[in-house]
Amino acid sequence: MIDGRGWGSRILRIYLPVLGFLVLMLFPFYWMLIASIKPNRELYNARIMPMIVYQPTLKHYYDLFADTNFLLWTYNTMLVAVITTAISLILGAMVAYPLARMNFPGAAIVAIGVAATYLVPQPLLFIPMADIINKLELGNTLSAVMLTYPTLLIPFCSWLLMGYFKSVPRELEEAARIDGASRFQAMWRVVLPLTTPGLLSAGIFAFTLAQNEFLYALIFLAKSEVRTVPVGAITELIRGDVFYWGQLMAAALLGSIPVAVIYSFFVDYYVAGLTAGSVKS
Amino acid sequence: MAVRPDLVARTAPVVVRARWLHGVLEREGAFSWIMLAPGVLFLLAFVAYPFFYGIWLSLQDRPVAKPGVFIGLGNFVTLAHDGVFWQVTRNTFVYTIVTTVLKLLGGLAMALVINQHFRGRSLVRAFLLLPFIVPTILSTVAWMWIFDPTFSVINWVLVNAGVVSGGFSWLGNKTLAMVSIIIVNTWRGIPFYGITLLAGLQTISPDLYEAAAIDGATVRQRFLYVTLPIIKPILIIVTMFSVIFTFSDFQIVYALTHGGPANATQVFVTYAFDLGMSGGQLGMGAAAALAMLPALAVMIVALTLYLRRQS
Repeated sequence: MIDGRGWGSRILRIYLPVLGFLVLMLFPFYWMLIASIKPNRELYNARIMPMIVYQPTLKHYYDLFADTNFLLWTYNTMLVAVITTAISLILGAMVAYPLARMNFPGAAIVAIGVAATYLVPQPLLFIPMADIINKLELGNTLSAVMLTYPTLLIPFCSWLLMGYFKSVPRELEEAARIDGASRFQAMWRVVLPLTTPGLLSAGIFAFTLAQNEFLYALIFLAKSEVRTVPVGAITELIRGDVFYWGQLMAAALLGSIPVAVIYSFFVDYYVAGLTAGSVKS
Repeated sequence: MAVRPDLVARTAPVVVRARWLHGVLEREGAFSWIMLAPGVLFLLAFVAYPFFYGIWLSLQDRPVAKPGVFIGLGNFVTLAHDGVFWQVTRNTFVYTIVTTVLKLLGGLAMALVINQHFRGRSLVRAFLLLPFIVPTILSTVAWMWIFDPTFSVINWVLVNAGVVSGGFSWLGNKTLAMVSIIIVNTWRGIPFYGITLLAGLQTISPDLYEAAAIDGATVRQRFLYVTLPIIKPILIIVTMFSVIFTFSDFQIVYALTHGGPANATQVFVTYAFDLGMSGGQLGMGAAAALAMLPALAVMIVALTLYLRRQS
């Protein structure tokens, strides 16, 4: 702002670095896209310039739909993400609300417990969890992941929502209470409507986390019909030493699109959710 | 008018019960615990219980689908005498430390660049965050193709630029395999650092920079004495988060190298996965996963305390 207003300086200071970051961050997606529309004779030809497509084809997409359960995987992924997001948002809000706005015995312990479960990484739990899911006879069912994903998402949602719930002034709630609203009504009619942005942030973040989950899905979902997109792609489009590159790329691209579209509508909420955990307002 | 006695008799208890319930819900403690109960019970059943059950498993010789035999610290002793385990420990630390330094520097650079005023800034920010939001496994698939031994685009560029005569085997060479997983983890993590740090930078008032400029501070001095102190808390929290999740990373390593070649990129979680899931030794796998706990516990406790102090 202060130094160098000339064009040359702006290019050096802003446009060149921005372009550099954009190329670095987006190149793999470009690579995914062009590999998915290259015919095999271009894909597996080390002699030609690989950066562009000479004769684009949708064959890999066609094969993906015809030869694999990709549509079913997409349906499973969506179903699991939507249900686990809903469960986590509701339970997370119910945990966050009293922690943020009430005084009661045991509040400190619960708050520390929630923070700790948020930070305990899933890899510490997956082996005992595999045994538990086996004992519950939930292997190869979507219930297995619907039951386990909220363990990752509830602590996150509570954490995020606590900040939003704290930000609503007590006076508003007290005024409603004086007018005869019960505690529940004060929450439902006064606090929750004012924290809609927080609920949206938590929901979108939880949704992308659920789409990203891989370890539990890999362990619990061994049958093709119940798989999610990441597990299906990795286990069925790579068979032994054979990589179906074109289809892999098509699956990766199509699997990324739902998250990217939802993200594009709610970028600001997503960024708010991302930073709320680390930036205290 | 005659009152129908049965009607009164039936509704009265309902009213009493409703009032009683209402009274209970108005008490702060009762209301709080009724709200907390489902979530807390769920976390107890599916986080706390598996955690302690995992400790119990790690003390057993427990093949899959067979009853376990208690062997005390036997699994840990076996691991401690296994050279692979120490290699795994070393790999995990190298992976975590190198990626953290790169992500921190790259993310800070990204944040400083986007914090300037230019047209299309919010669009650029949205695009730059894409690596972080796209499911990791799916973007790693693109990287697998980028690192392909025969058709690697990196090799193509290097060969055609005349830098090398033959391409590298990125995932087949021990050192390069580690370099590869570090590249992908860094690529995916930089936007997380960049966008969070950007949010921190945006809380700095321009007045501070102007005051510093009037006092004759150089760009470097402004960064060291104005920017850095203000974003320090965010820097610490973001870094600690990222360290915890990098230390326990699974997806990138599993997809790119499966821990190979010859365990050169094996980290704790892929190792525990191989022992517990592929090898069917639940006890040994649980022990390998728990071996992460000391280092993780230090970071988790530190971060929990720091976060509580901040709020």
